[in-house]
Amino acid sequence: MLRAENLAVQRGPCTVLADIHLELRPGEVLGVLGPNGAGKSTLLAALSGELPAAHGRVLLDERPLSAWHGPERARRLAVLPQTSSLGFAFRVEEVVSMGRLPHATGRTRDAEIVGEALAAADAAHLAGRNYLELSGGERQRVHLARVLAQLWPGGEGQVLLLDEPTSMLDPLHQHTTLQATRAFAEQGAAVLVILHDLNLAARYCDRLLLLEHGRPHAFGTPDEVLRAEPLRAVFGLEVLVQRHPERGHPLIVAR
Amino acid sequence: MNPAVHARPLFIALGLLLLLALWLSLALGPVSLPLQETLQAALRLLGLPLSGAGLEQAELILGQIRLPRTLLGLAVGAVLALSGVAMQGLFRNPLADPGLIGVSSGAALGAALAIVFGARLGGLPEAFAPYLLSACAFAGGLGVTTLVYRFGRRNGQTSVATMLLAGIALTALSGAAIGLFTYLADDTTLRTLTFWNLGSLNGASYARLWPLLIVTIAVALWLPRRAKALNALLLGESEARHLGFAVERLKRELVFCTALGVGAAVAAAGMIGFIGLVVPHLVRLLAGPDHRVLLPASALAGASLLLLADLVARLVMAPAELPIGIITALIGAPFFLYLLMRGRS
Repeated sequence: MLRAENLAVQRGPCTVLADIHLELRPGEVLGVLGPNGAGKSTLLAALSGELPAAHGRVLLDERPLSAWHGPERARRLAVLPQTSSLGFAFRVEEVVSMGRLPHATGRTRDAEIVGEALAAADAAHLAGRNYLELSGGERQRVHLARVLAQLWPGGEGQVLLLDEPTSMLDPLHQHTTLQATRAFAEQGAAVLVILHDLNLAARYCDRLLLLEHGRPHAFGTPDEVLRAEPLRAVFGLEVLVQRHPERGHPLIVAR
Repeated sequence: MNPAVHARPLFIALGLLLLLALWLSLALGPVSLPLQETLQAALRLLGLPLSGAGLEQAELILGQIRLPRTLLGLAVGAVLALSGVAMQGLFRNPLADPGLIGVSSGAALGAALAIVFGARLGGLPEAFAPYLLSACAFAGGLGVTTLVYRFGRRNGQTSVATMLLAGIALTALSGAAIGLFTYLADDTTLRTLTFWNLGSLNGASYARLWPLLIVTIAVALWLPRRAKALNALLLGESEARHLGFAVERLKRELVFCTALGVGAAVAAAGMIGFIGLVVPHLVRLLAGPDHRVLLPASALAGASLLLLADLVARLVMAPAELPIGIITALIGAPFFLYLLMRGRS
């Protein structure tokens, strides 16, 4: 699986990320929380090999990321960026089928997978539409379908990294998206997701990493991390932590 | 929105259009030739063992003038359209055009240097000159493409505005250098330089044709192998990397293909603008942005469009001839303005 050992990233003279030790486990959703500029996206870029590590290393199956052959790595590791700048009038299913480019499964199977991935991202009704005519949230779901298609059907050994997949979504689709992510993890994939909403993180993540100034402040289960003291220390926010009346996970309310 | 046309009917239509353009380009001119004679003479010239009785005049006109000119137009149109697609993929923007961002003028500067210093050196061997010209145009195009790319990029993002502005600056710089040569040139060199600035298929010869044909075939075979990678690149550079593509190598290949294609086209026919902008746009409107269709379809459409533009250039003021660059600019510049306006709304 994907493992970071003593990972640090530098941008110019500044260390923007340091002391990162973490392992993504099969079947688990790991949430990353932190204020703006805490280094969440930097962490994701370093874990996916986009940014070089100043210290430490990132291993996929005990092999450094850089030693992986491009398409071989792409069949194991998919990344959903925060925003996309696609400016050409592809149809929705053409965008999603780009997730199949590292594979050679054939046109028929690819079309099936594209359909299933679109359905998983609750975007099946967008098939046939021009990508450029979609709203921001619809585009985000199409890209989620694309990275799901890249790893479809999902299984042990696969890694999915998501950078704020819910940032443009309405409340319903914030939940459907994270439910789809959870379902994908339950097939055996390891998932890392950057989130801003503490309650979504409490509900859908197995473990949480709380970042502050590029360093881990707290790392553990939602019950361990989502407490008043670490949240005050990191976000400067006074909160009450209660229990979800039906599900029992922490429920964060600002005071 | 489904694309208006599926790939197969599009290719059939573009193939027929190209055949029509080829026929018109061979048949029409100061002496018009009937279809059957044109066909028969053209096939004989291509080496088919047909009877040549009564075809002497047709064969002479075709062999000496119209066939090299038609092949030149075919290759220039195809390679400029392909270069346009490659540029637009590289910059991830449909407004990138080899002429607008200065690649053509860089290539023209290279060609002008070759002409001026070739003349200074007392003339080069006749067979070698077109290759030197192509090589210099290629070097000029490569230099400008690299510069514009460096200027237009910041932190992994392409700024289209900077790119176009850098293109304007480099075009002006190349223009100044060419202007200086023009000012200092003698009469013969002057005429050659003017010709290169305006662009024309006039005076096509097989010697000028060969380097361009080789390059066109190479680019037309190479780029479609990168069609999937180009599709992924439109998503974004890091997205393409996450999909397993070697993005840095792909970008180098695209810059190289564009410089090679535009350089060879400019060396053979001067600066002919807007083909690389208009053609891929029209094809995208018809068939969508998938490069697996876009690349071959643009090559076919570019060849047809350039042959038809050349036909207009030849016929509209016959027996005098307009430089074809004027015709393509007359079509292309308003089209570019239209795209700008549509982009803003």
